[in-house]
Amino acid sequence: MTRTTRWHIAAALALLLLALLFGALAAFAYLLPSFSDALPFQQLRPAHVSAALFWIITGATAGVLHYKDDTFGYRSHVPLHAGFLGLWLATIVAVFMAYGLGRFGGREYWEFPPLLALPMLLAWLLLMAHYLLAWVRRSPDPPLYVWMWTTGIVFFLITFIEQNLWQLPWFRETYMREITVQWKSNGAMVGAWNQMIYGSALYIMTRISGDEGIARGPKAFLFWFLGLSNLMFNWGHHIYNAPTASWIRHLAYGISMAEWILFINIIRGFKAKLDENRRHKHLTAYRFLIAAEVWVFLNLFLALLMSIPAINRYTHGTHITVAHAMGATIGINTMILVGSICWMLRYDERASDQRWMERARKFTMASLLVFWIALIVAGILKGWRITALGIEDFQQVMQPVTQVLFVFAVAGIGILVGLGYIGIRLLCLCLKSPLSTSSGAPTPVTQSFNQ
Amino acid sequence: MWMRYALAALSVCFVAGSWFAYRGASTNAPASNQVRQGMRLWQGNNCTACHQLYGLGGYMGPDLTNVHSDKGEARIRTFVRYGTGRMPAHAMSDAELDALVAFLGWVDRSGRSRVPQEAVHWTGTYHFEQP
Repeated sequence: MTRTTRWHIAAALALLLLALLFGALAAFAYLLPSFSDALPFQQLRPAHVSAALFWIITGATAGVLHYKDDTFGYRSHVPLHAGFLGLWLATIVAVFMAYGLGRFGGREYWEFPPLLALPMLLAWLLLMAHYLLAWVRRSPDPPLYVWMWTTGIVFFLITFIEQNLWQLPWFRETYMREITVQWKSNGAMVGAWNQMIYGSALYIMTRISGDEGIARGPKAFLFWFLGLSNLMFNWGHHIYNAPTASWIRHLAYGISMAEWILFINIIRGFKAKLDENRRHKHLTAYRFLIAAEVWVFLNLFLALLMSIPAINRYTHGTHITVAHAMGATIGINTMILVGSICWMLRYDERASDQRWMERARKFTMASLLVFWIALIVAGILKGWRITALGIEDFQQVMQPVTQVLFVFAVAGIGILVGLGYIGIRLLCLCLKSPLSTSSGAPTPVTQSFNQ
Repeated sequence: MWMRYALAALSVCFVAGSWFAYRGASTNAPASNQVRQGMRLWQGNNCTACHQLYGLGGYMGPDLTNVHSDKGEARIRTFVRYGTGRMPAHAMSDAELDALVAFLGWVDRSGRSRVPQEAVHWTGTYHFEQP
């Protein structure tokens, strides 16, 4: 592992800790107006959202850039990696400074001033150059995770550019075009980073099982195509209720329903997973990957229901959408990324606190489950009161919902404690890492797992 | 090789789909300069952190898609200028307030945020026309 990779991982973990801290503060600012006077919600929310997104993207790229050395058998230019990391992190610091000064771009998820998108774009181009220099040396028949990393990196660039098209007057000519460009790109970008993250999960699974076949079979490629189609065409569910062209709605609905195949496949593979779990449960990285699978199951089921427009009519614009986002970003993305970081840092070989780590993982999982259910209950209450009962006064709608959200905030503290411990522990391990080889000599990525 | 063809076909569909999605977006309410200024104010004050348009945004405050026709301009001006228990007061000039109201009126004219029961088709999807 190069020193740059080590700093890359450390930066990702620091962003995770920031996201947790801002998230807990924002939850209380949401519920307690007096708290919001000191720390305004309208500043805490973008800080939380941006820190979470940057944690996911920074963590995902750390994994891809590290695993590619082993996969392609070639280490591309470290200065390009360092250039990406330096520019990327400097821009992130500028984003938080802008929030602190009350300067916003006001786009959902990417709430920073649009000028900061330029250095971010430049940083991504450096990352792509670094990756593609190694990618050109791939084997003629690369495993699926290489396809996933590559499409993830390329589609992130495409969606990032698309997201900034709103600055061209033509895209602001009508509100339907404005809402389409925002949510089409946001939806597809989530798919892009999922490609990178799931690709790394697949890479680790092949190394743990020693079976490269799981990344080569036609079934694996079929599911990848399904995921890619989802990335490209499933964004329509964000704007089901907006009067856009009907085909957008019908296509997104159709693609979503095709995902039942994936859901049924998870259920069918459940028994095999139990056997595999018995063999590898001593591995910390494996435990986090399995935790993510539980959340894939729960979140996919919720997403499939929300993707039916007749149900979406009740759930859209409610906390069920937040439950879906939190289940995906914490339950799936964060669990895989933490597992990936455990694998990269060789946590099981080098740490002696596995028992505490396992307790923290279980505590996080339990807190997240309460957090997720509280959001669903809050969403059902809000959706029912607005859509079925037809209550129009916002304060009246929110009265019973706010009670449930206190449970959500307390569970959020649980996530802060559990995931905070995991993040701090891994950050300490990363910073004291003797894995570093500043000379750039390749260190084996594969590690012993038969403990 | 089939992977490359399939990927190429999917990419062509993506580009064509993007073109039709943007090109086909309703154009019956083009944005005036005042509306564009209002949109800049909406974004610069990060209103989306707390409010939603078409159900998209933060959940601290209500959805404002149809606030212009449902509650009226006077109410918007009062809330923005003086705030509420949760919403901060915004020190805006009259011209800025006019622009923000014009922006919310423009959004309002694009459609209704809530989907009526009669728009739900038996297949589970919606059927409604662009305004």
